[in-house]
Amino acid sequence: MIQITSPPQMAKIMEQCQAALARQKVRFLVCAGTGCVAGGSLDVYDEFKRLIEEKGISVDVELLYEGQKSDAGIGIGGCHGFCQMGPLVRVEPKETFYTKVKVADVEEIVTATIDKDTVVERLLYQNPDGSRSVTEHEVPFYSTQQRIVLGKCGVINPEDIREYFAAEGYQALAHVLQDLTREQVIDIVTRSGLRGRGGAGFPAGRKWQSCLQATGSPKYIVCNGDEGDPGAFMDRSVLEGDPLAVIEGMTIAGYSVGASYGYIYVRAEYPLAVKRLHKAIAQARQSQLLGDNIMGTGFNFDLKIFQGAGAFVCGESTALTLSIEGKRGMPRVAPRPRTTEIGLWDKPTVLNNVKSFAYVPDIIRKGADWFKAIGTETSSGTAVFALTGNITNSGLIEVPMGTTFREIIFNLGGGIPDGEKFKAVQTGGPSGGCLPESLLDLPIDFDSLDEAGAIMGSGGMVIMDERTCMVDVARYFLDFTVIESCGQCVPCRLGTKQLLEVLEDICAGKGRKEDLDLLYELSHAVHAASICGLGQTAANPVLTTLRYFKEEYEAHIFDKCCPAKVCKALISFVISEDRCKGCGICAKHCPVSAITGEKKQVHVIDQSLCIQCGVCMEKCPKKFRAVDCVSPRIKAAVPETMETT
Amino acid sequence: MEDRLSEILSPYKGKQDALIPILQKVQEEIGYLPAEAMQEIARTTGLPQSRVYAVATFYAQFYFTRRGRHQSKICTGTACHVKGAARIMDTFERELGIACGETSEDYEHSLETVACVGSCALAPVVVVDEEVYGQVDSSKMSKIFDDFKETEKED
Repeated sequence: MIQITSPPQMAKIMEQCQAALARQKVRFLVCAGTGCVAGGSLDVYDEFKRLIEEKGISVDVELLYEGQKSDAGIGIGGCHGFCQMGPLVRVEPKETFYTKVKVADVEEIVTATIDKDTVVERLLYQNPDGSRSVTEHEVPFYSTQQRIVLGKCGVINPEDIREYFAAEGYQALAHVLQDLTREQVIDIVTRSGLRGRGGAGFPAGRKWQSCLQATGSPKYIVCNGDEGDPGAFMDRSVLEGDPLAVIEGMTIAGYSVGASYGYIYVRAEYPLAVKRLHKAIAQARQSQLLGDNIMGTGFNFDLKIFQGAGAFVCGESTALTLSIEGKRGMPRVAPRPRTTEIGLWDKPTVLNNVKSFAYVPDIIRKGADWFKAIGTETSSGTAVFALTGNITNSGLIEVPMGTTFREIIFNLGGGIPDGEKFKAVQTGGPSGGCLPESLLDLPIDFDSLDEAGAIMGSGGMVIMDERTCMVDVARYFLDFTVIESCGQCVPCRLGTKQLLEVLEDICAGKGRKEDLDLLYELSHAVHAASICGLGQTAANPVLTTLRYFKEEYEAHIFDKCCPAKVCKALISFVISEDRCKGCGICAKHCPVSAITGEKKQVHVIDQSLCIQCGVCMEKCPKKFRAVDCVSPRIKAAVPETMETT
Repeated sequence: MEDRLSEILSPYKGKQDALIPILQKVQEEIGYLPAEAMQEIARTTGLPQSRVYAVATFYAQFYFTRRGRHQSKICTGTACHVKGAARIMDTFERELGIACGETSEDYEHSLETVACVGSCALAPVVVVDEEVYGQVDSSKMSKIFDDFKETEKED
C-alpha cells in the first residue's frame, strides 16, 4: 500500500496512479450502485471476469504498477445516477456507455471491444427519436448536467484508493497541509458561498468559523448521512460511489477547526454505503491519510462510522449527536447554543451533510471563485436531485443552482411517461411541498423554493402526474410524520395526528366543509409551536397542496370524488359492456371472487364484494381495456334487481 | 442463550456510550432483542434497564419479538407510494395471510414497511431477505411468492 509521508509526494503519487490506469488498453467499469446491483450487475461483473480470463486476455482486476501493458482492466464503479437503465457498463477510454446489460450480453461487448474495436449498437441508450447515444455525454439525461459532487461516481472504483488518487484525490488536503492556515481554509470555503446541502442551506464557512472560535476541547466533525427523506438517495450514491471525497472533505474540516476526531452517521438502510466507507477508511489509514501524523505533518484526524437505527428525526443535528451518544434521538429545545459550540458530547462540533463535505476538496483545488461562478447569486454551486416518480428518466442528477423545474423535468427527465400530464413536483420530502405547473419556470435555489412554500431539502424531487391524488399525498406525508415524530412536544405529537385524521376522513369520503379551515388552523399551530424542524415543517405538504390544489380537496369533500382515482373509498371498478369479450382473465385473478360471468359473455363486478385492488384492470388484456375506474363511487347493486333476471 | 449473550457482550463491559451498537450487534446475532438480552445489556453496561428499553423502543430498527424466516419489507418512500406501494402491500398481506407489522404463527414470514431504501429510480421496490426487487409488478410478486413456496418444499 502506498504511504504518503509528505504533502509534496501527493503530486507524484497521482501521476503514478494515472500511469497505471493508462496501462490498460481498455477498461470495463460495471456499475455497482444499489440500483444496478438489484438489477444483477454483480453477476455481469463476474461474467466479464470469467470471459476475459477464459479468452486468455491479460487482465487487471485492480491497478498494477509494474510489468507489461495489460489488454484490459475490469472494475466496479459507483452509481452513475441513471439507475432506471441499469445495469450500466462504461468502457474506457472511449467512454462507451451501455445500458440494461445482462450476463448474456457480456460476451458480445468483450468481443466487440477487444477483437473488433466496435460498439454493440443495441445496448447503447436509445434516444426518443430512435437514434443511439454512444457516450454518457450524448444521452439527454446527462447533456446539461454539471457533475461536481457526482463527478467521480461511476468513473472510479470506490473500493480502490489509488483510483481516487488518479482522479486528483487528496491533492486538496496536501495543499491545505502544506500551504494554508486554518483561517485561510475557512476563508476559501466562506468566499465560495457553499451552503449546507442538508436542506436548511446554512453557510458552511460561517459554521466552521464559529466552531474554530468556540472554546472547548476536543472538537468533533460529524457527517450527516442519515438521509431519511423518502424519495431521496443522493447521499447514498455519493457514499457508495465516492466515499473518499467525503472523508477528505471531513479531514480538511478537521484541520481548519482544530478537530482530531470525526463520525460519519449513516442510515441503517444503506448497508453498501457502510461497507464502502469501511474499506475507504481502512485504505486511507494505511496510506497515512487518516490517523496520527497525516502525510507526516503532525496533524492527527481519525474517523468512526456510526450506523443509525432507523429514526427520521435523527437527521436533525441535536438529535443526531444524542443518537451517537447512545441516547434517544430527541431534538434539544430551543433556544439552545449552536452545535458548533455545544454539540457531540457537549463539545464544539461541525455537523454537515455528506454532499457539503464532498464539495470541499474541489473547492480547495479549484478555488472559491470557480465555485462561486456556478449557480445563482445567493446559492452557489450545483444542486443534486434524486429525480423519481412519474418521470421517463428517473435517477440522480446534478445541475447548477438556478436551473428551472421545466429544464429538469422535460429536458433531462424526458417528461412524463405513458402520455400522461404533469401535475405536481414535490421537493424536500415530508418537510417540503408540492408545486404546480404554473411554477415550472421557477429557477431552483434555496430561497426561491422557500418563497414558494416548499424547501430545497436534501434533494428529493418526486414528479407526480394526473394519476396522483394530492390529498392522498398530503395524507401520506402526514402518516410518515406521525410515525417519525419523537413525541416530546405536544404540537407535533398531537397536532400531526389530528391533521392526519382529518386528511384520512377526507380521503375516506367523510370530509366536512369545515375541514378546510380546520386544516389551515391546525397547520399554523403545528408550525408555530413545535420545537424542532420536523414539527415546524410537518404541515408544509398540507399547506402547499391546499394552496395549489384546493379544488381537489373540494372534490373529495363536496362531490365525494377523487379526480385522480386513487382514494379507494371514492372509486369503483366497472366492466364495460361494449368492450368486455368475456375472456375470464379478470375473474380468474380477482382475489375476492367478486367477478362473475359466463365464458364469452360480459362479466360483472359485484360492488358489494369488490375491495378496489385494481387487479382486474391490470390483468384485462391491453387490446380490450374493458375495465374502467370511476369516481365518485357506484352504489352496490341492490338484491331485488338481481332477482328479476 | 446465556453463553452466547455473554460472548457477544464481553467487549462492551461498562461501555454505556456504545448502547446503540450493542443493541445492533445483539439483534444481528440473535435476530431480535429478547427480554433476557435486554437485562444482560443493562447489567453489562451498568445502565438501568429503563434506559436500555427507552433507547431500544425509540428506534424503528429494533424488534422485541422473534421475526419470521423470510422478512418482506415493502418500501413506502414517496416514489414507491406514487407508483402504487399500497397495492403491493395489499397483495403481500393477502398472500402471506398476515397484516403489516406481523409475523406468521409458524415463523415463516414477517411483513413490514420500510420508509425508503434509496432505490427510488427502481420504484416500486420490495426488499425480501436483504435482496432488493425493483419495478415490482404482479408477475414479479408471483415469482417472489413462488420462491417462498419452493423453500418451504425443500425443508
